[in-house]
Amino acid sequence: MSETHEGVHRHPAPTGFIRKYIFSIDHKVIGIQYIMLALVAVLVGMAMSLLMRMNLSWPGTSWPILETLFPTGAPGGVMTPEFYLSLVTMHGTIMVFFVLTTAPQGGFGNYFLPIQIGAEDMAFPVLNMLSFWVTLVGFIVILMAIFVEGNQGLGQWFAALGPSFTGGSGTVGPIGGWTGYAPLSALGKIAGPGQGAGMNLWVISIAIFCVGSLLGALNFITTLLNMRTKGMSLMRMPLTCWAWFTTAVLALLSFPVLLGGGILLLLDRVANTSFFIPGGLYVSGLLSGTNPNFPLHTGGSPILWQHLFWFFGHPEVYIAILPGMGATSHILATFARKPVFGYRAMVFAIFAIGLLGFFVWGHHMFMSGMSPYSAIAFSVLTLSIGVPSAVKTFNWLGTLWGGRIRFTVAMLFALGFVSLFVAGGITGLILGQSSLDLPMHDTYLVTAHFHLVMGVASIFGMFAALYFWFPKMFGRFMSESLGRIHFWLTFIGVYAIFVPMHIMGIVGMPRRFSSFTEYEYLRSLDPLVMLVSVAAIITIGAQLLFYFNVVWSVFKGKRVENDNPWEATTLEWNTATPPPHDNFAGVLPVVYHGPYEFAVPGAPRDYVMQTDMEAEVPSGNGHNGHKH
Amino acid sequence: MATMVTSTRRPSTKKGPGAGPGMPGPNGNGSKRKDAFREPDSRGNRYRIGMWVALASIAMMFTSLSSAYIVRSGTANDWVPLAMPRILFASTALILISSVTLEFARRKLKRSLDSEYTKYLLTTALLGLGFLISQVVAWRQLAAQGVYVSSHPHSSFFYLLTGAHAVHLLGGLLALTFLWLRSRHRTFEPALAGKKQATADAVTIYWHFMDGLWIYLFLLLFLWR
Repeated sequence: MSETHEGVHRHPAPTGFIRKYIFSIDHKVIGIQYIMLALVAVLVGMAMSLLMRMNLSWPGTSWPILETLFPTGAPGGVMTPEFYLSLVTMHGTIMVFFVLTTAPQGGFGNYFLPIQIGAEDMAFPVLNMLSFWVTLVGFIVILMAIFVEGNQGLGQWFAALGPSFTGGSGTVGPIGGWTGYAPLSALGKIAGPGQGAGMNLWVISIAIFCVGSLLGALNFITTLLNMRTKGMSLMRMPLTCWAWFTTAVLALLSFPVLLGGGILLLLDRVANTSFFIPGGLYVSGLLSGTNPNFPLHTGGSPILWQHLFWFFGHPEVYIAILPGMGATSHILATFARKPVFGYRAMVFAIFAIGLLGFFVWGHHMFMSGMSPYSAIAFSVLTLSIGVPSAVKTFNWLGTLWGGRIRFTVAMLFALGFVSLFVAGGITGLILGQSSLDLPMHDTYLVTAHFHLVMGVASIFGMFAALYFWFPKMFGRFMSESLGRIHFWLTFIGVYAIFVPMHIMGIVGMPRRFSSFTEYEYLRSLDPLVMLVSVAAIITIGAQLLFYFNVVWSVFKGKRVENDNPWEATTLEWNTATPPPHDNFAGVLPVVYHGPYEFAVPGAPRDYVMQTDMEAEVPSGNGHNGHKH
Repeated sequence: MATMVTSTRRPSTKKGPGAGPGMPGPNGNGSKRKDAFREPDSRGNRYRIGMWVALASIAMMFTSLSSAYIVRSGTANDWVPLAMPRILFASTALILISSVTLEFARRKLKRSLDSEYTKYLLTTALLGLGFLISQVVAWRQLAAQGVYVSSHPHSSFFYLLTGAHAVHLLGGLLALTFLWLRSRHRTFEPALAGKKQATADAVTIYWHFMDGLWIYLFLLLFLWR
């Protein structure tokens, strides 16, 4: 990295393949790397959910291929309950960390935040590269967690690391859920299959991921604060940038807490401390202190882990969803050909959601025996998040109202985001109240709620973002007709999966059970369980269509004719397609207008780009942060 | 290459960037700040901003560990307070002095007194090394008494918090070494000098923070027990 004098781009365009595409410090390449990581991780996570649905609908069936892949987890091809639990755990962990945290922020944020604020790169390009590679190492470690149990293969190598790494009875990974609740997560292999070496690697992977995310967040915040181009005042930033910025702040303040908790958990596991392990514990037929595999522990607090975990875990939900909200606002305005309704209110709503997100972690812990007074406080704060969420929803609808809507695939997915966010968020009002949460907790209602609102909704935000920005990233459109089929199959599919789950939850079907054959009161739900599984298989099949569309469009998609195919207003549509190495070919743009000047009265076109010096924008057009 | 284009700006109207109709201030939002925009020479700031942002996250991690400490000490019936190794007073003195010498170094650099800057940098690095050695001595003293990380909760937290602080301080020490190595070839180019000052500022901020963090941990570990 050389810097000869100010004004010159800090790093010249690399020429070799490795510096250009592998160890690149160009934020655009790093963004695409993050998206590719997410595309791989989501395949793994999806395959796991497919396996879970297979076991729920056809329990006890023998799948010969499973025995080949996981001889200990599925002997004779029949899934063991522990295997199912490890699928639950790994599906959650991989999806939350390596899909919902990487693609929206590390992927699209990395690619478009610097361009949208008119910067030539991130503030610290080398740190940016490191953050991706650290995250990738985290992903490799979490995959290894699946295969280290049992004393063969990889397990053999890990056994050499010490007694806490020797395998248990063999399964496919940790079985404690993505929340890794203590004390079972803190005990080692006596806590069950997969809780030995696999759990160690799980904790280590999460710690590595924290470091990678922190490097990324540091970069996002500094870039946004320090590298905006001339005229790009805060209130002229696209809402995407506000969302990425708030997400980065959340990540910056919440991941260190998880890192701290992870270190404590790892010490409990490998250094025999008692942070989370209480005294007198009786596990797997052994009393604490009576066996070399289960040394004496005293006085630890399992609830402490829950506090540390959820202090991170709740902001994490917003880390996943906020970038999708930003992209949705951006895309709705562009294709409704109207300014975002209530830009300022949108910015404050993003901030309010982020801020409140730090004070509501207790609503995940109503069952932990907390004082009812704390529960009420957490309830009230939780429900108050409904206010900024409603502001956002209202403003999205206000943006659409009276617009001349162009139903591109990106727009369809953005509309789908609004629909899913409302449908999934509404049960948040039920689960956020401690009295209602107590009977609903650990049923499928919770599963349905968080999958719709943070899982599928933010994935829809990313779909919208990819269909929207693909032409800028690769110079070719994604196929709109394939995209439409993809959208409708996915949109109907996810509702067919998660609406029945609400009903299952109300009937009282518990989460995380590998099968329900032994529960007479759940018999009546069998057709619903089957419906969900069939819908899941079709929806997952539809994603293969999406993968095909991505790969095909990169090489064969319709070429982009000009640099602004969607007739959008923000800076990324000002530069070449795809953007050059320093984004603006040496000439940083100067910004004269707000980000969403659509439908401008008297303008020659129905939009005014941010850089358009000549255009006159009347005061108050679309409330883009103007004073009246 | 990435210079600001000023020639395309309309030269003689009221419409600067942001001063469109209905946008009274240069900021477009009625802000009265004259230079709310990034100028090409504001680059060095990124090191200082980045450092403050990084410190926020480090502070959060130690906050989480201290909250765990407070909760664990409050709920436990197995809490055995540690006898403080006296050498920790020496550690404290060393790191306090090192903060002062580093501040001297930073100010010398500001006045372009390069050789004095180098001298104070080296002093600081040696004091920092002394602090780390003193910490290691404290750990060894405890180990000699048979107090290990798993002995009881207070010792667990003692080793964890001092260890985490030492790792962060080691990072600061590496940064000081880097500054010291670079301080020996002089630069006359203003841009590079600005960057040099900015990195020195950033490292100084970090070091002061580590100093304050140590005082905090020291008080937490031996007053709250």
